[in-house]
Amino acid sequence: MPKVTYIEYNGTEHVVDVPVGTSVMRGAVDNNIPGIDADCGGECACATCHVYIEPEWFAKTGARSSQEESMLSFAAVTQDNSRLSCQIEMTAELDGLVLRMPEGQH
Amino acid sequence: MNAPVNQDLAQEVAAIPLDKIDVSDPRLYETDTWGPYFARLRREAPVHFCAESYFGPFWSVTKYKDIMQVDVSHQIYSSETSLGGITIRDREEKYQRPSFITMDPPRHDEHRKTVSPIVAPGNLAHLAGTIRERAAKILDELPRGETFDWVDRVSIELTTQMLATLFDFPFADRRKLTYWSDVATVDVNAGTAIDSEEKRDEVLQECLACFTELWNQRVNAEPRNDLLSMLAHGESTRNLTPKEFLGTVILLIVGGNDTTRNSISGGLLALSRNPAEYRKLRDDPARIIPTMVPEIIRYQSPIIHMRRTAIADAELGGQHIRKGDKVIMWYKSGNRDDEAIENPDAFIVDRARPRQHLSFGFGIHRCVGNRLAELQLTIMWEEIMKRFPTIEVVGEPVRLYSNFISGIKHLPVRIPA
Repeated sequence: MPKVTYIEYNGTEHVVDVPVGTSVMRGAVDNNIPGIDADCGGECACATCHVYIEPEWFAKTGARSSQEESMLSFAAVTQDNSRLSCQIEMTAELDGLVLRMPEGQH
Repeated sequence: MNAPVNQDLAQEVAAIPLDKIDVSDPRLYETDTWGPYFARLRREAPVHFCAESYFGPFWSVTKYKDIMQVDVSHQIYSSETSLGGITIRDREEKYQRPSFITMDPPRHDEHRKTVSPIVAPGNLAHLAGTIRERAAKILDELPRGETFDWVDRVSIELTTQMLATLFDFPFADRRKLTYWSDVATVDVNAGTAIDSEEKRDEVLQECLACFTELWNQRVNAEPRNDLLSMLAHGESTRNLTPKEFLGTVILLIVGGNDTTRNSISGGLLALSRNPAEYRKLRDDPARIIPTMVPEIIRYQSPIIHMRRTAIADAELGGQHIRKGDKVIMWYKSGNRDDEAIENPDAFIVDRARPRQHLSFGFGIHRCVGNRLAELQLTIMWEEIMKRFPTIEVVGEPVRLYSNFISGIKHLPVRIPA
């Protein structure tokens, strides 16, 4: 099963298996990884699963939809490599994905 | 023990012809009898058309997933002031006060981004110390062994002090903010002195005059970290018209005031009516508070509804919505939808996935201050539990006549001596 490394704002790393077809947000929530709240449950409607994708992985995660752009523009401290993790579906190609969480997304 | 089911009321509601059900009646919220009405709509007509009401014809959206769909589809369901804005009540043009909550993109996005930094994580961490200090002082001054109004002494005081801080508003005059907030949202049929839009406007003009003076001070000073300074110096907001400025100020006052106030009151009420839950909190506050806070916000649902106006034809829950139709998302109902939330009528302080609720809305208009609201409630309950193992509710709450704000006007309580 593909692995994803989630790095909390304080530096704590979590490496977990995320099944193909599952969202990267769901991978965090199902493994109780703090820092990804996902209040809306994956509807791209709350921006509480905001993550920074490590630059070498960014292109592989695909493009943001216009709804995602909209929601991200209200998230705190966005960067060029910001994504909403509910909008990234796990694929075999993403095995090894590394991402970081922003400050204060409890 | 949870909310008792009133069998007489349930039977009465079951006997109303479906097309005559009108959940816009503010008395349902004043008397806390809305439950069976929404339960029936969710069951029999989740997207329901009410052809005749005091507020004109409107669609009611009552289930969680349909509300979510409306909230995220801002290209179809508009918030624009000139179409009717975000409340079920239509307002004449001269009483319309636009702000980013009643704007669609792109203007909405620009205005919202100007004020959102005040509730960014870094600033919240900075505010936490102030909130704790003020909460501690408010609680330390409460009387013991005598009945007092929790709403006035605690809920209003904490939220109003916070709001004065966010605006850097003269602290001694802070109750003006409470007053203007109440005036801005009061139902003109509620029996208060504000019995017409004209009278509402008179009072809000005083609010505008006061804030304009403060604006003038801020615009001539270096930019600072308060909401007014941010608006005065923000590229997209520094040229606001007086009406837009008033609209924005009111939005921020109401948003930062009524909602948290009523969650502070509603939380205590829910705990007192659910002693087993109160016991869980007492036994382990550090574990319970993080899940209890979102549960309080769900259970209270401080904003009863938000309105949209369809700007295109659309399908929703099997119904055909036409361009121009008024569509009401009843957050209070969606938060009690058992297809989305398990055992939704129960107040459960350690609920699994407690943040899955509609109280903040979703999509681009999702509450900008949601984390600040949670922070205030969290600190409040941490400080309460350090001092008072029990606060007794000693009488019935007095609720607000409104279909918009789920308000508790008075809540008599006693802290054992």
